Parts: sequence; structure tokens; C-alpha cells
Amino acid sequence: MTRSARRTRRTLRVAGASVAALLALSACSSSDDSPAKPDSSAPASSSPKLSGTVTVFAAASLKESFTSLGKEFEEKYPGTKVTFSFGGSDSLAASITGGAPADVFASASPKTMKIVTDAKDAAGTPATFVRNQLEIATLPGNPDKIASLKDLTGSGLKVVLCDKEVPCGAAAQKALDASGLKLTPVSYEQDVKSALTKVELKEADAAVVYRTDVNAAGDRVEGVEFPESADAVNDYPIVLLKDAPNADAANAFIELVRSAEGRQVLTGAGFLKP
Amino acid sequence: MTERDRSGAAADTLTGGGPRRGHVRGRGRGRRSAVPIPLLVPALVGLVFLLLPLLALLVRTPWRSLPDQLTSPEVWQALRLSLLCATAATVVSVVLGVPLAWLLARTEFPGRGFVRALVTLPLVLPPVVGGVALLLALGRNGVVGQWLDSWFGITLPFTTAGVVVAEAFVAMPFLVISVEGTLRAADPRYEEAAMTLGASRFTAFRRVTLPLIAPGVAAGAVLAWARALGEFGATITFAGNFPGRTQTMPLAVYLALQSDPAAAIALSLVLLAVSIAVLAGLRDRWMTAS
Repeated sequence: MTRSARRTRRTLRVAGASVAALLALSACSSSDDSPAKPDSSAPASSSPKLSGTVTVFAAASLKESFTSLGKEFEEKYPGTKVTFSFGGSDSLAASITGGAPADVFASASPKTMKIVTDAKDAAGTPATFVRNQLEIATLPGNPDKIASLKDLTGSGLKVVLCDKEVPCGAAAQKALDASGLKLTPVSYEQDVKSALTKVELKEADAAVVYRTDVNAAGDRVEGVEFPESADAVNDYPIVLLKDAPNADAANAFIELVRSAEGRQVLTGAGFLKP
Repeated sequence: MTERDRSGAAADTLTGGGPRRGHVRGRGRGRRSAVPIPLLVPALVGLVFLLLPLLALLVRTPWRSLPDQLTSPEVWQALRLSLLCATAATVVSVVLGVPLAWLLARTEFPGRGFVRALVTLPLVLPPVVGGVALLLALGRNGVVGQWLDSWFGITLPFTTAGVVVAEAFVAMPFLVISVEGTLRAADPRYEEAAMTLGASRFTAFRRVTLPLIAPGVAAGAVLAWARALGEFGATITFAGNFPGRTQTMPLAVYLALQSDPAAAIALSLVLLAVSIAVLAGLRDRWMTAS
């Protein structure tokens, strides 16, 4: 019987280990990922000793410019690290209100920022740091001779728009409404990058996206400006989050974004000054 | 003799009134002792782990505004499309997947293990990558898709057929694996006996093997259907998102989450309720001998 007793003990140990593992799993969401605690005694900006990780949640359209600003920030403050989560502004806002540990939120529309401020998750007032204008992305060489928003309503063209729920889609709808046009796309994409991808892969003939996305895509697409886009310019707000694990470094990052050099990077990517 | 009993049971299931499990095996039925603690504790933890999120969904459901959420035509449109496409994808999976499973289980050819691994790839491929791969293969500019377009004028992306393709791509491996396992467990001697009595290989498959493995096929089909119903990544990447044409329920839920989490929860509940109802209905009928 000793053998069976030993076996039971072994299985018990395994069972105990698995329960412990599960408990550890459930615990790690709350405690394991808090980066360096903010040093509350150090005032921000006056040559602070910054360290630790800054977690930035930013709209998909900011990907290229913020990535290079993040590198600049890490060079400027050795010992810091900037990690980004890029995505649709709305899903980011949803994760923040759902308690995701982030320091900074930069969204592509005041509407999505409002979700976060309404949930009392922001520290302070959001500041508009850039603006973005729509452009039509067409296939390289513009084989369909698209020159205006009206040309997109022509039959036989496969056009993709962003979904009305996400900022680029709301802006496109605004521009269409302003010009009194009706446009039936083949798809309402979930964010601006996937709308652009459809044109890059030549699956769609055109997409209404941001100027910055056309810039970022290089020669894989061609941008066509259209006057109605002036009616639907998007403001991009940025804010420090209330439960920021690393508030000092986060503030420094926001300062960098709003500084002259930050603006230079952003306008270089195709953004407009606020 | 138990072998024959068991296959008889499998055949019985086909005709509806399946035997209860354990009816076949006379042994081990009466010797049910208490469940050992080392098994019980992790089992219960596992059960709680799986059920807790669903319970949370129920707790947080905005019951008061639920009727308003569910009466919108968009919801029904998305639900109808979901059920239609998942069922079509399951049919495609069965028609193509059962012969494929038979090939893997019953024939010898060089590199069979490798092919088997390839078949299971869509299981581990991130769905969005699967969607991109489908675009590169069957898109308007894809490796095969460009010929489909220029010869037949068929373009799959942004169409309901594209949704079915995306769902079948993700769901078919479930069916193939499940049917292949059933085939390996089924006794090949029945087929051999049929063939010695003059049946061709195909007749033996149709008249003997297929009835034998029907419960396995049904279980695999149910799995594939459920997987297809919840498919999101490959669908939105390959077929896009257009209400009534390619916007299935998971896409509607995702986009509702952007603006109105309460609506998203309500939509998720509808999907849950429908799939539970369908699976429960099928379970009683089918999944008895497995």
C-alpha cells in the first residue's frame, strides 16, 4: 500500500502545483507588471533623474512618428525605455478604461479621448498636439485616374473606408456629408492601417485614409488630396493617465512630443500643426 | 466480440437512438469509487476558470436595455449571416475534410506525417495572418486569385463567399483531425471484408467506413461549426467588414465594443445563447458514441 500512498502524494503535489500556478497567473495581472515606482519627490522637467518604462497607448496613425520619438527619448534619458501599444483609438480607450496599465494616451480624435476622460482615467486636461487631414490613397500610378472624392463614387471601383466607429471613418463620413456625396465602400475597416493595407495589396482600388498613412506607405500607394478634407480635420489629443505607473517619465515624454523637435518629427510625417 | 458491439453502437447512433455510454463495455461500470482528491481539485479549478468569464459577462449584462439592443435590424442581419456562413463553411469542411482525413488515415504515401502537420497549421496560425495569406493566395492580385479574376471574373475578398472561405480555412483542420482520429480507432477489417466480397474501395468507404465513423464526423463538424461561428481575424482581414454582406457577429461585436460596450456584451450574449442552443441540440442527437 505504500506505493499507492506515494502515488497519491505525488499526484497531490502535482495538483497543488497546478493550483499554485493558476493562482500565480491570476495574481500576475495585478502585481507583476508594475514598472519602477515614480519618485514622487522629484519635480518633473527640471533635469529629473528619469528611469523605468513609459507605456504609451497611441493611435495606429502615430506609429512611425512616435516610434522615432521614443528612440529620441531613450537617447535623451538613458535608463528609460518607451514601449508602445498602437491600435485603433477606440480599442485603446476601451483597454484603458478597462484598467490596462498605461502612462500616456494619444488618440486620433477628441471623441475617443472623451471616453477616457469621462471614465476619470486621465490626469489633467488633454492637449491637442497635432492635426491630421484625410487623403485618398490609390494604387501606384493612379490607374483609375482618381482626382476627387466624387470619382470614388463611380461604379466598378472598390473603395474601402474606415468604420464609422473609428476616427478615420468618422472623418471620412464628415467629408462625404459636407460634399453631399453618397459612397458605398466594399468594406468598413476596423482601423486606418488595415484600410491602407487593402490598397497596398491591390485588393481595393482606393481608400480614404490620413495624409500621414499615405506618407508612411511610401511608393506602395499614391496620395490624392481633395478639398473636402478641410471640412474633416482630426485633432489628436494627448494626456497623462491618472494611474500612470511612471508619471514623471510619462510627463517628460509628453513634453518631448509637444516640443519643437517633436513637432518637427510629426510634421515630417505629414501631420499638421495644431 | 466487443469490437463488433462497438461498431454496432456507432451504427446505431446514425439511426438516431444511440446507446448510452458504457452500455457496450460491461466492465468498469459497477466499480465506480469516489473521485480522488488530486483529480477533483484541479478539475474544479479548471471548471471555475472556464466558467468565470462567462458568468462575469452575465453579471455585467445591461438587462434593462437588452431588448432595445436586440431589436436592431443590424443585429439580426449579422446573426443570420454568421449562422449561414458558419454552416456553409462546415459543409465545405466536411466535403473536403472527410476525404482528406481518410487519405491521411488509410493510405501510405511518402511524407504523410509532413502533410498531416501542414493540415494542422491553420490551427496555430494567428487568424489575421491566415487572412493575409488568403489574400495573397486568393485575392484580386493573389497567386491564384488573379487567374480567378481574369478567367472567371471571380473575386473573393469583400464577398460573402470570402467569409465562407476564411471560416473554412480556420475550421477545417478541426474536422480533419477529429475524423482522422476516428478512422484510426475504427477497425479496418470491416472495409477489407467488404472488399473481399467484391465491393470497390469507394463502395467500401461509402457503405461501410462512412456509417462507422459518422459520429466522429458529426463531432468534428460541430467543432468546426463552432470555430467558424466565432471566427474574427481571418474574416475581417480577407473579407472585410460590410453590414449584410461580410459583417458576421464577431465583427459586429468588435466594432460595437469601440463605441458602446453594453451593446457589445448584449451581442456576445446572443451569439453565446445561439451556439449553446445549437450545440446542446446536436449533442443529444449525435455526440453519444465518441
